[in-house]
Amino acid sequence: MAKSSDVLFSPIFKENPIALQVLGICSALAVTSKLYPTLIMCVALTATVTLSNFFISLIRNITPSNIRIIVQMTIISSLVIIVDQLLKAYDYETSKTLSVFVGLIITNCIVMGRAEAYAMQNGPYMSLLDGLGNGLGYSVILIIVASIRELIGSGQLLDKQILPLASDGGWYVSNNFFLLPPSSFIIIGLFIWFLRSWKTDQIEVSEFKMSKNAPKEIKVDHA
Amino acid sequence: MQNKDSIKNTIFIGIGLCLICAAIISIIAVGLKERQKNNAILDQQKKIVAAADLESFYGSVNNAFTSIEEKIIDIEAGLITNQSSEKYDLSKELRDPNRFIELSSVEDIATIKKRENFSKVFLEYREGQLNTVIVPVRGYGLWGILYGYLAISNDLNTIIGLEFYDHKETPGLGAEVDNPKWKALWRGKRIYDENGKILIKVIKGKVDNSMDMSSYEVDGLSGATLTSKGVSNLLAYWLGENGFKPFLDNLKKEKING
Repeated sequence: MAKSSDVLFSPIFKENPIALQVLGICSALAVTSKLYPTLIMCVALTATVTLSNFFISLIRNITPSNIRIIVQMTIISSLVIIVDQLLKAYDYETSKTLSVFVGLIITNCIVMGRAEAYAMQNGPYMSLLDGLGNGLGYSVILIIVASIRELIGSGQLLDKQILPLASDGGWYVSNNFFLLPPSSFIIIGLFIWFLRSWKTDQIEVSEFKMSKNAPKEIKVDHA
Repeated sequence: MQNKDSIKNTIFIGIGLCLICAAIISIIAVGLKERQKNNAILDQQKKIVAAADLESFYGSVNNAFTSIEEKIIDIEAGLITNQSSEKYDLSKELRDPNRFIELSSVEDIATIKKRENFSKVFLEYREGQLNTVIVPVRGYGLWGILYGYLAISNDLNTIIGLEFYDHKETPGLGAEVDNPKWKALWRGKRIYDENGKILIKVIKGKVDNSMDMSSYEVDGLSGATLTSKGVSNLLAYWLGENGFKPFLDNLKKEKING
């Protein structure tokens, strides 16, 4: 039996769902242009994955295996709808910013992945911790990406001006590229690179080897 | 325990789970409905108050709305109707074929395709006098339709503010329509010349304040030519004959006559 602290903390750096498994990056691209909505998104996802793991694990012994995916999806989507409803009631502005991406937590591979890979085999308490850990792992990456994007893209953090913008008489010329989704690809890529240089066991074995030189005499027949 | 993969158990779990989930969601959705509705209304009111710059005068959005009357107007006639404004919903209006008109490509300068026959406007009164008219506007930018409110002062020819509440423009470029600095440029700009021709527009580059036309012009958004053009177009449409001009003209007449 794994130790509960391992289950909780290993998904943060050792087995990070985004960096190691490269799951759930769709929302990591879409909602990270500002830090505040990102924090809300992290809370929403962490709550969903934690609770869905808990409930799925709770009924794992009576779940018929041929409809288990449907059962999982029902639980996950119910939780997501509840989170969405709560958000609309208590933080309307942010729910407007996040728009469909809260609903898309349903299809986030991390939630489904943890349900299938962990909660179906382990007890409710451990599953809860596993969900929480993976939620935190997701959150760590999103918060890093969002901080970098908001700071470079608009010179702000949590809507507070950190770097005075040149257009407002300051010295910082904002880099608009960082406000666009592709920039998070680069940031996540760099993060994975750093993480794998630090924890070298995460480096995957190449699936094939590059040959040293392509053969020179390739004749292409255009006929 | 009975075999969990039996057909009986499969049906039982499937239906049972659905019922439980449905019940929980329904309870939560119904319980939060009132709050969500209020949030949506408050969100719109905030934008309206921001467009008309009323918060500094009234202290709060709720206070401001005690002096604002919501009216449903007939756009074509330019007259206030006695329809209830409470249930008015633009998306519903645009689904009822009797309540909108299709625009021909010549008329449709804001690229909105359909125009509702009845619109909800907001009139702010101070000491019994009409002080601000706030009208909803919308039009196509670069990626999608921009929705906003335009506040016009009581001379019915001077803009107080323009505030968009929904758009899909590029962050950092077209989305700068939300930049307070740019929005501040609208204040005091004039709409029509003496003959009622619409002159207000967003130009390319910076406005030269020494020119005669400068009171009708607003700086373009750099890097967002199409969004700037879209904003000009939507103003040209909504302030024109097919938009709110008949209504504004009627208000003007009313003001002169008494």
